[in-house]
Formats: sequence, structure tokens, C-alpha cells
Amino acid sequence: MKKMKLSVLLAMFALVIGVLAACGGNAGGNESEGDTSGNSNSGGGEASETSIVVAGSSAMQPLVAAAAEQYKGENADADIQVQAGGSGAGLSQVQEGSIQIGNSDVFAEEKEGIDAGTLVDHQVAVVGMTAAINPNAGVDDLTKQQLIDIFTGKVTNWSEVGGEDQEITLVNRPDSSGTRDTFVKYALDGETPAEGVTEDSSNTVKQIVADTDGAIGYLALSYFDDDTIVKSKIDGVEATNETIGSGDFPIWAYQHSYTNGEPEGLAKEFLDYMLSDEVQTTIVPDQGYVPMTEMKVERDAEGNITEK
Amino acid sequence: MAKASVSPSAEERLILTKKNRRWDEVRGRSLVTICAVIMIAATIAVTVFLAQKGLQSFTVNNINPIAYLTSANWNPTGGENASFGIFPFIFGSLAVTFLSALIAAPLGIGAAIFMSEIAPKFGKKVLQPVIELLVGIPSVVYGFIGLVVLVPLLRDNFPGIGFSLFAGVIVLTVMILPTVTTIATDAMRSLPNSLRQGSLALGATRWQTIRKVLIPAALPSLLTAIVLGMARAFGEALAVQMVIGNTRDIPGSIFDTAGTLTTIVTLNIGHTTYGSIENNTLWSMGLILLIISFLFIFVVRYLSGRRKI
Repeated sequence: MKKMKLSVLLAMFALVIGVLAACGGNAGGNESEGDTSGNSNSGGGEASETSIVVAGSSAMQPLVAAAAEQYKGENADADIQVQAGGSGAGLSQVQEGSIQIGNSDVFAEEKEGIDAGTLVDHQVAVVGMTAAINPNAGVDDLTKQQLIDIFTGKVTNWSEVGGEDQEITLVNRPDSSGTRDTFVKYALDGETPAEGVTEDSSNTVKQIVADTDGAIGYLALSYFDDDTIVKSKIDGVEATNETIGSGDFPIWAYQHSYTNGEPEGLAKEFLDYMLSDEVQTTIVPDQGYVPMTEMKVERDAEGNITEK
Repeated sequence: MAKASVSPSAEERLILTKKNRRWDEVRGRSLVTICAVIMIAATIAVTVFLAQKGLQSFTVNNINPIAYLTSANWNPTGGENASFGIFPFIFGSLAVTFLSALIAAPLGIGAAIFMSEIAPKFGKKVLQPVIELLVGIPSVVYGFIGLVVLVPLLRDNFPGIGFSLFAGVIVLTVMILPTVTTIATDAMRSLPNSLRQGSLALGATRWQTIRKVLIPAALPSLLTAIVLGMARAFGEALAVQMVIGNTRDIPGSIFDTAGTLTTIVTLNIGHTTYGSIENNTLWSMGLILLIISFLFIFVVRYLSGRRKI
């Protein structure tokens, strides 16, 4: 009996050590991968031909998922899993090689801890966004300066910008979110927004703006599909595919699909499919994005705009 | 145990059974031991992992831990001017936790007394199933109800915009009430009947018995119920995130918006890249949540130790 007890105890001990070692090893592995990511380039290539995982930006997820559905309909043996999780997670995972395509609202160069040199950028669409205003505020056109004043807290009442006498409530996005990044950079010229309610989901932002008198937030254009919120013009320019494509409307961002090294196999086929006319002329505009083909200007990671 | 298909002789059967029994013993024992070991290993692994990740913002990014805990300035994306002070979120977390416990404790213990002392039959048949049902409702549902019902209600009847510390407190109160009530009821029910009979025999009324005898006797267990409720409130993220507003300022009143440790982590973690300073500071918040949860557990252990009956 005593012998048995001892052996059980030993087995228990071995198991604990084993599990702990496995965990420790994992953690250590992650860390070293993060530090020396420049050298590990082969992650994406190991994937099997018929199965890829796409993850990242939750704003891009519906678009990519719709395209993947259609692609799978045409190629029965292709297995494409599309997950959300956030731009940062998408970039980190594609760099680690745990997924094949990482979606991001922002350039990889703008994210700390990502070695943009190893990642290949595929811009699959453009998303436009603008300020969403509660209808009772009585404002549907703001100059860029007014927008900056409102979001930095200099203007606190709608009457100061030609609206009703209502106090302004700001609705923000989380600090590192791609939507916030884009809005801060191209709508607020880099000014830090003042404090306000912070929500992650676009639907929640829309609902708050619609329900709260005096509220203002920012949303991708696809969310302006009814009259519960006002789609604000900026400097008199309405946000449409044409004004974004021509560069007249400033607040837009590429939807990036990153691969670790040049894509191969299914990843390459799927990205080609995303950029094909079939997707660009149907799914992309249907989901409220601007097709790449309509862009007459292009923008680099530093934000410089050039004619195509 | 699978039986042999051919019926063996009595002697054989006896030997077989004996063997089986011993084998059974060993197997059963190892099975449960493995379960226990896996649980212990998982707990240790999570703690070690979280500690390692959570300390990185201090060891790798050289953030001053004191400033991290006490500064009220949170601006992780400020580049050169970035600052990492999580005091407002610690304050927010503790505020919603204690305020919701303050409301849930009397309600829960009151309901427990009603269920165990005043109307045991009705309590067991109707109230208890209803309360157990409440435990099973996912937190996102509470959050959603809070968002579409509670927030507009507060907006129309109180100062502020509806999203507020108060909204978070109410949602959490409803969420932890079943926990508090269930444990408190068990505590009251486990009191020996001799206490009640002795007190009544001395001429005490029912209310006097409850107030002077039963509640003091069950007090450590009742406190345990409250602390477990608080632990649940402290760790809740989703429902709170939907109604509290998630701002980075210390709220001036309960009708102001606020943020908690959990809501800031869930809001931001997906947008940050692994190993970046923003990501590391969020892991540190996770570590602080774990440490405070451990404190709650220690309080529970201490209270259980004080149980008199």
C-alpha cells in the first residue's frame, strides 16, 4: 500500500512538473518569437493548401467572411475560417505564423511591436468614416476645425456650431482601435480626443448616438443606413464612394490583409479573389466599402496622399 | 466493470473479484488524483503565466509600478507623452463592487431569512428555483437589458447621460443577488434546529430569535456570501462595459461615467499587438485583478475559519 501511495505521488509530481514545463516553454517561446520575429519568416508557408485561418480587425470581418463564403461556394474543398479579434491580434498572430492572413484597419508600420518588413500588405478595400450626430442637435455639416474643437472639448454646446442649445456628449472608441486611429489622424489632425463614453462595437456607438441627445461619435459609412443618426458632411463634402475615391473626403483607411512573406497556396488564391472584379464590384460595395478600383488617390503609411 | 462472458467457478470468481477490486481501487484513486492535479496545475500555470506577462510592463517597459497604481492619467497611445496610470480603473472597479455589495447584501440576506425562517415551503418550492434561474442568465443578457432599459431610464430621470457608475452598480447588484441569496440561504438552513428551539423555549419571539440568535450564529457564513458576491462583481466585464461608459476619469458622482479594470482590458486587448507596451499594461491590469481576487479568497477563508457552528 505504501509503495502504491509513493508511486501515485511521484506520478502526480511528474505531471505537475510536465504541465508547468509545457506552460513555461510556451510562454518563453512566445516571448522569443516576439523579440526575434525578423528571423522567423517561414510561419505562413507551413499551412496546408486547403485550409487557412484569417483573423484580425472586427470591422473587416463581415467583408472578408462574405467573400470567403462565396469563395467556398465556388471551391468546395477550400476551408477558410474568418475570425475577428481586433487588428492588433490579427497582426501579432500573422507575424507569429499562427494564422495565414491578418486583417488590420491600420498600416502594420503604425503598430508597435510589429516588424512591418516581414509582412506583405494586401489592400483589399477602403473604408470611409465620418462623424455621426444625434438628429436633435440640428447639425449636419461641420468644418474640420469645428470637428476638432468638438472632439477636443473646446466646444461643448451645439449652439456654438449652429445647432440647438444642447450639451455635446462624445462617444469614443478604445485607445488602440483602428477606427479611432483613423479618425484621430485624418479628421482631428492628430489631436487627442477629450474624454467621453467609450464603446468598442459600432452598433453600440450607433445606438448611443441615436438615443442620447447631443451625442456625437464616429462610424464607418456602412452604419449610416437609416435616419436615426445624421451623417455629417466635413467642410461641405459628403462622404460617398466618389468623394473618397477622388480624395476630396479625407477620413478613410485601407482595409489591409497582411501575410507573413509572399502568400502561397490558398492564401494567395483567396487574396487574388478578394481583389478580383467579382468581389470588388459586388461584395465590397454591398458591405459599404469603397472598392480599390474606385480609388484615384493612394496613401502611404506616413499618410502622404498621391494621385494614382 | 465488464463481466466475463463465460460464468467462472465460484473460486475463480472470488479471485477475479479480489483482483478487480484492487485494480478498481487503484484506478479510481488515480482518476480522482489526476483530476485534482490538473486543477492545481492549471491554477499554478495561470498564476505563473499572468505574473510573468503582467510584470513585463515594469521589467521590460520600465514603467514605475507606484505611478502605474496611483497616477490618474491614462493615455497609452500618446506616443512621447504616453502615460500609464490605472488608478481611475482600480477606483471604478472597487466602487462598483462595494456599492453593489452594499445593495445586494441586505436584499440577499433578507430573502435568505425569508426563505429559511419565514416561509420555508414557499421558499423551497418557488423562490429558490427562481433565484437559481437568475444565476444561469448569461451576463451579456444583463448588460443588454441594462443598455436598452436601464440607461434610457436613468437618462430621463437623473442627471447625466445614463451611462454611469450607478447603472453599473444596478446591473451588478442584480447579477450578484442570486449568488448572495443562495449562499446565505444555505448558511441559514445549516444552523442546527436546537438553536431555534432553545431560543423559542426561552420565550423569544420569532423575530427576536432571528435577530439575536440566528443571524449572529450565521454571520461568518453570511459574510462569506457577500464576499463571494463581491468577487463575482469585481470580475464581471461584459455587462458592466455595456452600461458604465468606460471613461478614464475618476467619477465625480455616481451619475458620472466611469471605467473598471475589466472593461478597459476587454475593450482594448484585441486592438493591441502582443509585446507592445499597451498590451503589457493591460496584462498588468489582469495581474492586479488576480491579486485582488486572491485577497477576496483570503477573506472568505478567514471568515470560514471563524465559523462557530
